[in-house]
Amino acid sequence: MNDIRNTSVAPERTGSTNTIVHASARPSLEVPVLDCDSVSIFYDDFRAVHDVNFACLRNEITALIGPSGCGKSTVLRSFNRMNDLIEGARVEGAITYRGEDIYGPEVDAIEVRRRIGMVFQKPNPFPKSIYDNIAYGPRVNGMKVDSMDDLVEEALTRAALWDEVKDKLKQSALGLSGGQQQRLCIARTIAVQPEVILMDEPCSALDPIATLRIEDLMQELRNDYTIVIVTHNMQQAARVADKTAFFTAEANDTTGDRTGVLVEFGDTATIFESPHDKRTEDYISGRFG
Amino acid sequence: MTSVTARTTPPTPDLRRRPRPGDIAARMGFRFAAGLTIAITLGILIALIVPSVEFFSEVPVNEFLFGTRWAPRFADASFGVVPLITATAWTTAIALFFAIPLGLGAAIFMSEFAHQRTRRILKPVLEVLAGIPTVVYGYFAVQFIQAVVFRDWLKLETGSFSVLSAGFVMGIMIIPTIASISEDAMSAVPNSLRQGSAALGATRRQTALKVVFPAALSGIIAAIVLGVSRAVGETMIVALAAGQQARIVGGPLEAGQTMTGFIANAALGDSRVGSLEYNTLFAVGLLLFVITLLINLVSIWIVRRFREAY
Repeated sequence: MNDIRNTSVAPERTGSTNTIVHASARPSLEVPVLDCDSVSIFYDDFRAVHDVNFACLRNEITALIGPSGCGKSTVLRSFNRMNDLIEGARVEGAITYRGEDIYGPEVDAIEVRRRIGMVFQKPNPFPKSIYDNIAYGPRVNGMKVDSMDDLVEEALTRAALWDEVKDKLKQSALGLSGGQQQRLCIARTIAVQPEVILMDEPCSALDPIATLRIEDLMQELRNDYTIVIVTHNMQQAARVADKTAFFTAEANDTTGDRTGVLVEFGDTATIFESPHDKRTEDYISGRFG
Repeated sequence: MTSVTARTTPPTPDLRRRPRPGDIAARMGFRFAAGLTIAITLGILIALIVPSVEFFSEVPVNEFLFGTRWAPRFADASFGVVPLITATAWTTAIALFFAIPLGLGAAIFMSEFAHQRTRRILKPVLEVLAGIPTVVYGYFAVQFIQAVVFRDWLKLETGSFSVLSAGFVMGIMIIPTIASISEDAMSAVPNSLRQGSAALGATRRQTALKVVFPAALSGIIAAIVLGVSRAVGETMIVALAAGQQARIVGGPLEAGQTMTGFIANAALGDSRVGSLEYNTLFAVGLLLFVITLLINLVSIWIVRRFREAY
């Protein structure tokens, strides 16, 4: 299965039409890396997200888009159980990671997060040296590494940051620019060798040039990782994503609570060029609300 | 109408400086408050230094700092302060031995592990401990810890007083100081760092000890320094429970008189102003001040050296 994808799919990605072809050419040959089955997410009694169904395939970038409050970040955070850190948060339905229910009774959230890493909206490097930021994950996970120096170099290289920081590894990560800090956070995530990288609006605090660098980086990383990105920037979704999920918020008639729902999910080209749902079309074309 | 006014030239804007008496009064007020604080501190320092200078004109500094016999009221008076320092060192060290682990443990628990509700109950309860008058702690130390626990229950070989009971109870007294300020410092660490750590597969314990604790280090050191300063300067507990005999303390079960204990015992108002005995009080007070100052300087250095600012 690996061979099929590596030879036929990954190098072929030159335009959006290709994406459609390869996506439909391999229907359900493999188990999705992440699969949401009737997922609803609650904060205490408040239903933040209702009945979401979609799947993320290996070595693809899936973008979650939609207006503020539509629950896309909530869904993203449920993929590595970051919602566990919020008191009262609860997931119904099933989220599976390569077939394993990540909310199963025997499942350790720590193990889930080891394999499903996350990059946050605002760069959040630790107030430690650049080196220690990268080494932190492998250290806390007790990873057996032959040479931490090599691992740090590899992670920084893969995050396209090595050349900029190789002479100041012992300096504080907080001295880096915003874009560098975000690439450091990506490098930090890569260092624990996850399978999936979740990105929660990773470029919203960055300038356009830094944003482009991160997008280029995502294209590189998709060869080895499965990426799910939440973004407010529709051009960004169109540029980077293979699949796009469009969410919106629906107000409850009686309580007025707004609940996020998945409107449409499919190939990015389809979502942006010929969406099936009127709401998607309105949002994409800027006629939203 | 709007079309008419739009065509006429608007009047020249009045940008002249205007008097703001409220601002001036506020600035003067704050300046006064700041100035008064400094003036009072300087005043106290001068009040300490002047009698101390007189004292050191009669007793050489060397003899004071390194002399091992403290007997200021005896006929053959001797002013070696070492015995007082040993007692202060013992009580302070014992207090910190109990207070730092317990205080920091409580702070880490409250900040990183406790549910919101638990924290809301626990923190005020802990702070009540800080409100108990030290004289109560002192009697608790001498009547219960020393007399009942150490002598009756544990059958320890100790007299009516010991630096252990005084230090232990003093440790209990400063737990809330250390716990509360450290907790504030750790709670102030941005949640984004905890999330970043969790997202890498770190456990709560790892996040607390390897990310939050170092990031809050400057506040934690400040908490410990405040605890040390309180322990060094604490008077009532040691005056009641540590003992009144100035002698070099060699072990935790021995009694001894601390610097503050000496001042409390000697400063009963019967020493004549300007007498050597009177000046002695100020010399010991100045030494206390210098020690506390040194602790503060060292802690500032530690913070600069090790902190991970976020």
